[in-house]
Amino acid sequence: MEPYAQHLEKHMRKVVIDPVTRVEGHGKVTIVQDDEGHIDRTRLLIVEFRGFERFVQGRPYWEAPVVVQRLCGICPVSHHLAAAKAMDVVVGVGPDGLSPTAEKMRRLMHYGQMLQSHALHFYHLCSPDLLFGFDSAVMKRNVLAVAAEYPDLAYQGIMLRKYGQEIIKSTAGKKIHGTGAIPGGINKNLSTAERDSHLKDIDRIIDWSKASVDLVKKVHGQNPDYFDGFASFESNHLSIVRKDGALDLYHGNLRAVDKDGEKIFDQVEPADYLEHIGEEIKSWSYMKFPFIRKLGKRKGWYRVGPLARLNCCDFIPSPLAQKEFEEFRAYTGGKPNNFSLHYHWARMIEMLHSAEMIKELLTDKDLQGTDLVRMGKKTHEGVGLIEAPRGTLFHHYKVDDRDQITMCNLIVSTTNNNEPMNSAVAKVADQHLEGKKITEDLLNYVEVAIRAYDPCLSCATHALGRMPLKLELRDTRGNLIHSLIRGASGS
Amino acid sequence: MSDTINFTIDGKDCQGKKGQSIIQAADDNGVYIPRLCYHPELTPGGSCRICTVNVNGRQMAACTTPVAEGMLIFNDTPELQDMRRALVEMLFIEGNHFCPSCERSGNCELQALAYRLGIMAPRFPYMFPQRTIDASHPQIYIDGNRCIQCGRCVRAAEELDGKNILGFIGRGPFLKIKASSSRGLAGVEIKPTDRCVQLCPVGTIIVKETAYRTPIGERQYDKKPIGAEIEGSH
Ligand code: FES
Repeated sequence: MEPYAQHLEKHMRKVVIDPVTRVEGHGKVTIVQDDEGHIDRTRLLIVEFRGFERFVQGRPYWEAPVVVQRLCGICPVSHHLAAAKAMDVVVGVGPDGLSPTAEKMRRLMHYGQMLQSHALHFYHLCSPDLLFGFDSAVMKRNVLAVAAEYPDLAYQGIMLRKYGQEIIKSTAGKKIHGTGAIPGGINKNLSTAERDSHLKDIDRIIDWSKASVDLVKKVHGQNPDYFDGFASFESNHLSIVRKDGALDLYHGNLRAVDKDGEKIFDQVEPADYLEHIGEEIKSWSYMKFPFIRKLGKRKGWYRVGPLARLNCCDFIPSPLAQKEFEEFRAYTGGKPNNFSLHYHWARMIEMLHSAEMIKELLTDKDLQGTDLVRMGKKTHEGVGLIEAPRGTLFHHYKVDDRDQITMCNLIVSTTNNNEPMNSAVAKVADQHLEGKKITEDLLNYVEVAIRAYDPCLSCATHALGRMPLKLELRDTRGNLIHSLIRGASGS
Repeated sequence: MSDTINFTIDGKDCQGKKGQSIIQAADDNGVYIPRLCYHPELTPGGSCRICTVNVNGRQMAACTTPVAEGMLIFNDTPELQDMRRALVEMLFIEGNHFCPSCERSGNCELQALAYRLGIMAPRFPYMFPQRTIDASHPQIYIDGNRCIQCGRCVRAAEELDGKNILGFIGRGPFLKIKASSSRGLAGVEIKPTDRCVQLCPVGTIIVKETAYRTPIGERQYDKKPIGAEIEGSH
């Protein structure tokens, strides 16, 4: 048999979408077609990497929460908090030993970030697709077009994000890359002035979040079959849940369910994650491929993020979001929801939940407490898990007697969704690309499918940057047949 | 004969006392001359040359030059400021200064000086040197990546703490600060309250487990630029 590379050379055509626009970071999609034009395979390729796991080695452990968040400019708070949680264990405090003020300040920071990140993703990145349709004119597929045609919505999106960022500033010290969470606690409480300024607007934020859920439902209602079918496939789902099974974005134990909702494992302590999750390395990508060990590499992949969280949890501990959750669950008859585009629906329900939680926290007197940092008996290893906007985030460190980090393992949210995104692209390519000429629309379908997962490719590969989009169609000998180039402005 | 010395800095009439250096006299008159290796509690080192001023047409280090009657001193001129900028930029490229995650950020004299001088990026290429970390002591550690070789710690140990526990080894670009024991910091008597620890202007000598305790917005240079304490006293 001829080697695969030669076989590919002779019989396959490669369609390359490079890079994907309106996702965070830089990705490139390769679709391999055989001689008959059938989809052979798809690969979401990540072409950059930053190597954070290596360069924190030797650094003092308390730097980790501040250094590692630099992986990302979109959800740095997740990395900041996950690293701080791991280091809580290292300083002998652990998740249950934090002072109430510290834990609640961190929670507030996290809900603020959920709010801003979900708003950013939905309004700034996805609303053009949802409002104008996936095959609308290129010039319309950007947030400025949304602002022109739906000024109220655009304003709402911008203000929701801004509110979340202000919360982050009050808790982390800065809107991006703050220093609030330190091993064993937090470095500030919430002043009454800060509290009052946030309380003033929170009811409006909750209203807008509720309206955002309604907007997704409305868009869905206009063409439910299309919405449900687009890039959909069955999978396992993974997230952390609270001890009682509630959705908890800040802390909990791991739960994984299969496509029918059967539990694969439940209440796995963060420290035991390696017993249940493996990571496969493939030669063609800097992203690792995590899998559930019990099911093996081939079948053990799973989805994370808003959709997976709502599929894993039993209920949402805030009233308005719980009501929406019940409707969400009922739509799939109580079973897990496997529709890719329903990520948007789940994401907006979480945004509503975050807004409700912010309100609850703002009225909590503990936030003005002065017991900020606690230290216990130090240990040499810590694992911190958190539900980042894009999904479960794992931070694992080992620290030596001299307080220097000797090992760091990160499984970032987007990495967990690596295989699912490949599946989504394959599905879309199968539905829309086969036998057709490569058009702008087709190219955008692929992007819409990937974007539903809100991938942060910068996190996943520790890379950053966004570039114009290039699509190439080549024959088996590598000659260019047809290419489409899209500038950063969409021209 | 009076001990008062009359001189001018950038045209401003100033009075100094006999025996003072230019930098001391300028401080007393509320004029900030940028500096790094100088510290009022220590004998001047005269090594960083940031404090260079123009005295009667010649360039002199303000921390080591005695003030004298009738001196015409220029401090805030475009040429001098640019020279200082170049010196500070060289310090940045010669070490590994990663301000965004440095625990001294906001309390660092080097960073604050760069801000005050309006440095956005260095004009020279980064050297990315190999520097070492001494984390052997339970309470204190030395991060060589951020050392600017100002020698304040060495002088403070000798002059204020009364112990010879720190010194330089190597020459030129390889000059580095080191604890005077083959076991590193673990082999010397040093504690967080020592002046040699406290007078480090950058993030090199650090008390362990005190990082990031001050929230952003409340750190030393968050509210006022470096030098404001001298200018504000008048
Ligand atoms: S402060 Fe005068 S030479 Fe350094």
